[in-house]
Amino acid sequence: MISNAITASNLTKKFGNFTAVDNITFNVKRGEVFGFLGANGAGKTTAIKMLIGLSKPSGGEATVAGLNLMTQSEKIKERIGYMSQKFSLYEDLTIRQNINFYGGVYGLKRKDIRTKTADILAELQLEDKADEKVGGLPLGWKQRLSFSVANVHDPDVVFLDEPTGGVDPATRRQFWEMIYAAASGGRTIFVTTHYMDEAEYCDRISIMVAGKIAALGTPGELKERFAAKSMDEVFLRLVR
Amino acid sequence: MRSFLAFVRKEFYHILRDTRTLLIILGMPIAQVLIFGYAVTNEFRNAPIAVIDQSHDELSRELINEITATGYFNLIEQPPTTDQLDALFRSGDVKLGIIIPPNFEEDFFRQKLTSLQLVADGSDPNYATTLINYSTQIIGSFQQRYAGGPARYQIGVETQLVYNPLLINAYNFIPGVVAIILLLISAMMTSLTIAKEKEMGTMDLLLVSPLSPVTIILGKVTPYVFLAMINAIIILVMGYFIFEVPVVGSLVLLFAFCLLYVLTALSLGIFISTKAASQQAAMMGSLFTLLMPSMLLSGFIFPIDSMPWPLQQISKIIPATYFIELLKGVMLKGLGREFLWQPAVVLAGMTIVLLLLSWVNFKVRTK
Amino acid sequence: MRRLLFIIQKEFIQIIGNRAMLPLMTILPIVQLMLLSFAADSEVKNVNITITDLDQSQFSRQLIGQITASDRFTLINAPLAMRISDHDLLAGEADIVLNIPPDFERNFLKGYPAKLQLLVNAINGQAATVGSGYLMSIIRDYNEDIRLETAMGVGRVPSRIEVASANWYNPDLNYKYFMVPGILGELVIILVILLSAMNTVREREIGTIEQINVTPIKSWQFILGKMIPFVFIGMLLLTIGLTAGKVIFDIPMVGSLWVVFGYCLVNLIAVLGIGLLISNLVDTQQQAMLVAFFFVMIFILMSGLFTPIESMPDWAQLLTIPNPVAHFVAVMRKVLLKGSGFADVAWNFRVTAIMALVFNGLAVLSYRKVS
Repeated sequence: MISNAITASNLTKKFGNFTAVDNITFNVKRGEVFGFLGANGAGKTTAIKMLIGLSKPSGGEATVAGLNLMTQSEKIKERIGYMSQKFSLYEDLTIRQNINFYGGVYGLKRKDIRTKTADILAELQLEDKADEKVGGLPLGWKQRLSFSVANVHDPDVVFLDEPTGGVDPATRRQFWEMIYAAASGGRTIFVTTHYMDEAEYCDRISIMVAGKIAALGTPGELKERFAAKSMDEVFLRLVR
Repeated sequence: MRSFLAFVRKEFYHILRDTRTLLIILGMPIAQVLIFGYAVTNEFRNAPIAVIDQSHDELSRELINEITATGYFNLIEQPPTTDQLDALFRSGDVKLGIIIPPNFEEDFFRQKLTSLQLVADGSDPNYATTLINYSTQIIGSFQQRYAGGPARYQIGVETQLVYNPLLINAYNFIPGVVAIILLLISAMMTSLTIAKEKEMGTMDLLLVSPLSPVTIILGKVTPYVFLAMINAIIILVMGYFIFEVPVVGSLVLLFAFCLLYVLTALSLGIFISTKAASQQAAMMGSLFTLLMPSMLLSGFIFPIDSMPWPLQQISKIIPATYFIELLKGVMLKGLGREFLWQPAVVLAGMTIVLLLLSWVNFKVRTK
Repeated sequence: MRRLLFIIQKEFIQIIGNRAMLPLMTILPIVQLMLLSFAADSEVKNVNITITDLDQSQFSRQLIGQITASDRFTLINAPLAMRISDHDLLAGEADIVLNIPPDFERNFLKGYPAKLQLLVNAINGQAATVGSGYLMSIIRDYNEDIRLETAMGVGRVPSRIEVASANWYNPDLNYKYFMVPGILGELVIILVILLSAMNTVREREIGTIEQINVTPIKSWQFILGKMIPFVFIGMLLLTIGLTAGKVIFDIPMVGSLWVVFGYCLVNLIAVLGIGLLISNLVDTQQQAMLVAFFFVMIFILMSGLFTPIESMPDWAQLLTIPNPVAHFVAVMRKVLLKGSGFADVAWNFRVTAIMALVFNGLAVLSYRKVS
């Protein structure tokens, strides 16, 4: 049993002279909900893109789901799920077709795809909309569908890049219930956000400032260390 | 007005920053003019031929020499039989076969009549006709020289090629290329730009901004007017300096007509984009309803007079037909307003109708 | 392999599910084929002529009779003043003006030079040459007739070479036989190259590509998955187009259809490789359209579709070797019209297959999941 879902040591990404991610080191434990915070341009998205194999690190080492990021990045892709901040399911396909496609792409058997589809539709209460085009769904539903599709192949780790942008607090709350449900089943969740109330939901968080990890710990620890009442205050102290 | 200018400036930056697109937009007319000027010609030379000489006498050899000496024909092979000629045609190595029968010389001088057979690869009818015409002419003058008959009793024909005395191909293709390129930039590019906003969902964003829809559309298309006019100038300048295509008539009139045509094409682009939901649909729409018909039905590549009646009617609703007429009129014939007001009015009318239709479509959609 | 099937399935659903695009992709090209095939006729069928006959003799009237008897010429005006015929030319009403000078007949019979004057609107050089060529051959024939008559009258018979000419494979010189297969190929190639060029870049513009890139799909699976539906559409269009060509234009199909379809398949794969490569290299759909169009224009103009490749200068002929449209047009014409066999078109097969390998290889290599 691997205890760490993600390990990163001295992970660095340079674009020319600009260092977007500067020597970051951290571990994420199995089954943890790990919050990845930072101001816009702090390097969150770059870091997540390296971990999911969309962007090649300029230096450092990392493992994801026990596999080496440098040498086994295509293998890693079998074991992770990803949901980007931009809705990226096919709007011109129906809900069922999207689930079917991604299930197939991840190599699920036809029978498994069928049961998965039924599970997802039941969970999201979308049974009667299964054959409608995804493009017409409200944003909150699109996000929950994206999350379910990112979990379709039961990955070890799911990466969420600002998954709840643009929806109201009640809808965000529903989304986080799905995250908890997944995590309670042993799945590791790596999530970036800029909603500080969401940060409170995480088991542990790291805060990035100018490409470096400025603070890392449980929300309680961080509040204590910075003598702050809320995560908002912690964040503002660090970012200024 | 100020916000309009700011919007136009923004659109300009978008285009200027995209150096690749810019390079292609400016490179396309240059490449086309060069291809039409140097590669695509109908004047033929070195046509591959085969001769089956069953006579092998002095006269037949003389005739073969005479035919190859013109430079029009390139003797590839002398196959012994007509069966082999068939094989040569099928592989495409030979386009014309000349079959000289036995006793060619003897018959010519003794019987005063000899025969000769020309066989062309008719799969390309025009090429076949040209090959047969040229070789018949060469044989005709050959016959007259050897016949020793009177050189008298000849009808001489003095031919004057008016407007294009040197038969320069460019006189025909320069106006055609201008018409196609302006259409490509003004209609296709603009329809894609507007369709893109729709596809990305940013159109709604623009529509709720304080800019009026008309301002938005105008702002989007203005940069393309400039690009189109620059291209028109590039083509005309290349035509003038490389291929010596003159502008006999008024330059002012010429540019006025270019601008008018650009406006017509823009309104076509806008019209298409009000109908198309995606960039792909806009592209397909403008490709098949604009570009192909404009290339093939405007008289640019194929003469309108030779088309069947229904197609001649279609060519009358294609803006490029009128524009090419205007360009040729001003550039080559030096015609003035009295000859050209008619096509100009047609283009202007088309523009107005298209804009009205787009306006109606747009209204319906936003309601 | 199963993953590939899912990609193909998805592409098909997207293509067929798009109600707006489907007719654009299927019906429109066929309608175009019909329309353009009727238009694509560079045969100059009708020449408008104005004749000013200042001689008014038996010869001049006979000559005019010969000209008007030909169905290629339409006599639009026969004024007795050159000023009027000049105007016809300027206004574009007449393509050719023929002036028969006074004393034409008298000069001929006396053996003096008898000169006719021809004014040809030469802006369209080809039409001018062809049109005046028709007229010249009528004049030549007429000359021959009266020359023989006159010479016979004087008692001297010159030697003659009788030229018999024949056109194989297309004895009636039906221009549509020549153009329809070529135009069909051109339309299909434009369509698939533009659609494929806009395809992957569209996923990039919309953002769905990122979701694909975090999945374990391999580059070659992705490219192949994109290509197969287009190959299918291309082959379908070709089949419909050829059937329409046979039914409507009665295009001869002398050679083996296996060779035709086999070649089409290879050609489509090569062309799609070009399209997908373009799509990987550009940033926006608009760029893709422009780049693809840039090449398609060059391909078509230099394909031998409208002007024979043999007439091009040597450097341009070399440039036609990596031109898929040129090979397509050549193979269609050779096999369908002349019945050329596989051996006759093996060279085209080889070159196209190499192109298919190179471009698809590049397309797979240039599709990067990692930046």
